[in-house]
Amino acid sequence: MPQQLRPLIILFAVLIAGLIVTRQLLVPKSFGEYGHYRGKAEEENATRDVAYAGYQACADCHEEIFEARENSRHSGVACETCHGPAAKHVDDPFESKPKIPHTRDFCPLCHGYNASRPSGFPQIIAERHNPGKPCMSCHDPHNPQLPSAPTECAACHRDIYNVKMLSHHASLDCTQCHDVPKEHLTSPELVKAKKPRERTKCGQCHAKDADSPKSIPRIDMETHGHRYKCWDCHYPHYPEASL
Amino acid sequence: MSDSQPKQSRREFILNLSEKLPGWLLVLSTLNPQSLLAGDEDKYDPTEHNYAMGVDIHKCIGCGRCADACKNENNVPREPMFFRTWVERYVIPTNGDARVDSPNGGINGFDELKTDVEVLRTFFVPKLCNHCQNPPCVQVCPVGATFTSRDGVVLVDANYCVGCRYCIQACPYGARYMHPVKHVADKCTFCYHRITKELLPACVEVCPTQARVFGETDKTSSPLRRFLRFNDIRVLKAWLNTEPKVFYAGADGEVM
Repeated sequence: MPQQLRPLIILFAVLIAGLIVTRQLLVPKSFGEYGHYRGKAEEENATRDVAYAGYQACADCHEEIFEARENSRHSGVACETCHGPAAKHVDDPFESKPKIPHTRDFCPLCHGYNASRPSGFPQIIAERHNPGKPCMSCHDPHNPQLPSAPTECAACHRDIYNVKMLSHHASLDCTQCHDVPKEHLTSPELVKAKKPRERTKCGQCHAKDADSPKSIPRIDMETHGHRYKCWDCHYPHYPEASL
Repeated sequence: MSDSQPKQSRREFILNLSEKLPGWLLVLSTLNPQSLLAGDEDKYDPTEHNYAMGVDIHKCIGCGRCADACKNENNVPREPMFFRTWVERYVIPTNGDARVDSPNGGINGFDELKTDVEVLRTFFVPKLCNHCQNPPCVQVCPVGATFTSRDGVVLVDANYCVGCRYCIQACPYGARYMHPVKHVADKCTFCYHRITKELLPACVEVCPTQARVFGETDKTSSPLRRFLRFNDIRVLKAWLNTEPKVFYAGADGEVM
């Protein structure tokens, strides 16, 4: 071995050992456990207190209000949407009270007129709508009522209407397939519109021997789809979609 | 003494045990309520999940409750330039380019539309981190402080981030910001601390019109799968091949 190699080998050995030692010291233990990151970080991200308890938590104590809301037009609005984060209130109901938005500037966040909102969403012009009067003096937020019932399905079911308008079913009325009781227009959650339950409903137009225009695609009801309902595979509001 | 006592047969002992065992377990569980629940089957297993979100633009009313709830839930600074999620208003005139605004992320609502041009369409679009399956922010992080967790959520390791801002530059969706107090990158985590406890993300919880749908990509029973089946789905900036996991329904070409 040439003489000059010895100090070089020692130098490299020290450097490599130093590298290994510093890596041991500096790289966190869980680094690389699941990938190129600190495995512990997943846990650290997961262990934090929640601020919003979730609407199911409210039902335990506020059963009556919960049920009223459940059957109202606000059934999709979670309690904490208006009352704010309430996890602390769930932990200790007396220590922390959730807010009750009394002021007139809160409800218009959703119901103030804005051209960008989907059409059919109930909106008012706050400046002209009983100025100065708190919303809650006329409307119960847990069971809000509309002054007049809507006349078209699209007023509430805009998203379905929009999809249907792009499909081959565009020309069909909603009532072609749905039985809509009159009461559904005034109390939509209590009296629901009916969905078809039998394959024969689709068969009225799509069966081989159906009395309908020739351009409509036909299937043999006996063999097509076996025991499945039509809507298990075809979305009636957008039948050409692939599932 | 022991001789005089009637000996318990093995049969009796087991019958006795089967009667009293549930009672004993109940007593023990009150001493430590976690002891029964902490069984293996109840433990959260990240490898079983792959989270994603759907946003239905037809349903968004632009109330901004999501952005507000996000700030409450995640202690996001209240100043109007820090957001994990926010709502944008798109105004598409009959002639010319689309205009987008988002005053304070939509938290205080949107002013009445005042434009000098004829408006063709206008709508709201909620935005957030897209939790890409091919995330550029993770690729550029020099220290491995941002990563895709085993359940498909892009997270930041706040204790490891050096605050170099590479990820903020790399994100094509502007979903990241520099936390002004912690001086680390911060972003939407799908409320990781909530979803691992089987709660919904705060924005999904408070959305009054169910414009946001949270779920899993790999479970047929997930509401997200239904959402994906029944809608015409687009993702933002698909041409960048980031493979976003926030799916938009009813999105115009202008949103892309």
